[in-house]
Amino acid sequence: MLQPVCPLSEIPPGEAYRWATEPAVAIFHTEDGEVFAIDDTCTHQDASLADGWLEGCEVECPLHASRFDLRTGAVDAPPAKKPVRTHRVEVTDGVVHVELSKEPPNLPPGAKP
Amino acid sequence: MDKVAIVGASLAGLAAVRALRRQSFAGEIVVVGAEPHLPYDRPPLSKDFLTGAVTVTDLALTHDGEDLGADWRLGVTATGFDPRTRAVHLDTGEVIRADGVVIATGARARPIEHLGVHTLRTLDDALALREALKQTGRLVVIGAGFIGAEVASSARKLGWDVTVVESLPTPLAGQLGTEMGEIVSRLHGDHGVRLLTGLPVTGLTGTDRIEAVELADGTRLPADLVVAGIGAIPNVEWLESAGGLAAATSVPGVVATGDCTGSQHWTFALEHPATAVAELLGTDPPVTKPPYFWSDQYGVMIQFAGHHAPGDTVRIVEGDPERRSFLAVYERDGQPSAVLGLNQPKLFTRWRRQLRSAPQEA
Repeated sequence: MLQPVCPLSEIPPGEAYRWATEPAVAIFHTEDGEVFAIDDTCTHQDASLADGWLEGCEVECPLHASRFDLRTGAVDAPPAKKPVRTHRVEVTDGVVHVELSKEPPNLPPGAKP
Repeated sequence: MDKVAIVGASLAGLAAVRALRRQSFAGEIVVVGAEPHLPYDRPPLSKDFLTGAVTVTDLALTHDGEDLGADWRLGVTATGFDPRTRAVHLDTGEVIRADGVVIATGARARPIEHLGVHTLRTLDDALALREALKQTGRLVVIGAGFIGAEVASSARKLGWDVTVVESLPTPLAGQLGTEMGEIVSRLHGDHGVRLLTGLPVTGLTGTDRIEAVELADGTRLPADLVVAGIGAIPNVEWLESAGGLAAATSVPGVVATGDCTGSQHWTFALEHPATAVAELLGTDPPVTKPPYFWSDQYGVMIQFAGHHAPGDTVRIVEGDPERRSFLAVYERDGQPSAVLGLNQPKLFTRWRRQLRSAPQEA
């Protein structure tokens, strides 16, 4: 089910928006104008990937430099080992819609479920 | 180049293996590691691992099912090196010859030789310390650097009565400058941990077990447990037969990376191996980012990036040191040279990114 989240105009290119659903989702608007949604919490330790360093189609965790591919959720640099989930995104009439993944999330040790 | 030997099986060694494969090296890779463990993540050892939030399994750096095609020789120590033949001598008597050698033997904790004084560098150190912290009592931490401060924070969380002693007048002055070092070290007092500065340790007492730590001013601190966090020593003695680290790496086909080079930064051990491997293979080196490190003390996230030097000016650009949430920018000749954040990960990351686009001197 696609859910409306926010107008795309609220996320300038190169920036991210943290959608406080459970668990939280980070929506990235890349410099190239693409929009991706992944789980917001790093799989290594409790940190918001929406606060991270976006470069191309990769985001680097703001705490410990783990990198995730926005297209696949795959982890590209340690210390994280597990991927984040990706969520399907559609932009309709300027509004970002997200369909949440049905996979179980890979939350870090000690994080609230 | 058909065969590469990587000496050291921690973060830098693993990053070198991955970089070799990423840079399309299809030959044989042998990794020698003195510890019996596959590469694991050291930063949590002084933090969530001590308090029990993170397990041994969580620390593993290799992925399940990840096949890097490397021959891991663990629990084996390199004892000598001949750069001319690129031959690595092992304590088993075996000799590994390779076309390329990556030296990544890391560093070890500087010890205090006294019964019952813990240091913290390896997983085995952390397991021993975690066991010792299962009771509660009086802990004295010698050294108010990042490791010492993190151990103090973890032990405090576990209910210990903690005193931190530092021989320098201001903790972390070398890393953060005196002004910010002083502010960050206030975290101890905020959380009921005593910090004594400018006082070298003059003695340790106790025969069967540790009893007290004695300081230069005559203070005697009774202790049930003592942890020393007084720096690290690069593991380069095995290169003496080659004339030392610098001489060894002056030979073609030999490079060094990680903490054995004198760096103490996790991100250097993560990122620099790709540069070292590019040198080995003759490929283009990747773009490097300014140095970055972090610390987690009493639930406060401390992040620092860039190059701080004496004489840099510091100004608070966001937040309030009194609230232990702020961002400080260091400047030299009107240009940002470094940035420090306490509990400001988003803003810190923005500034860290700007540092990279600013020109960096060598």
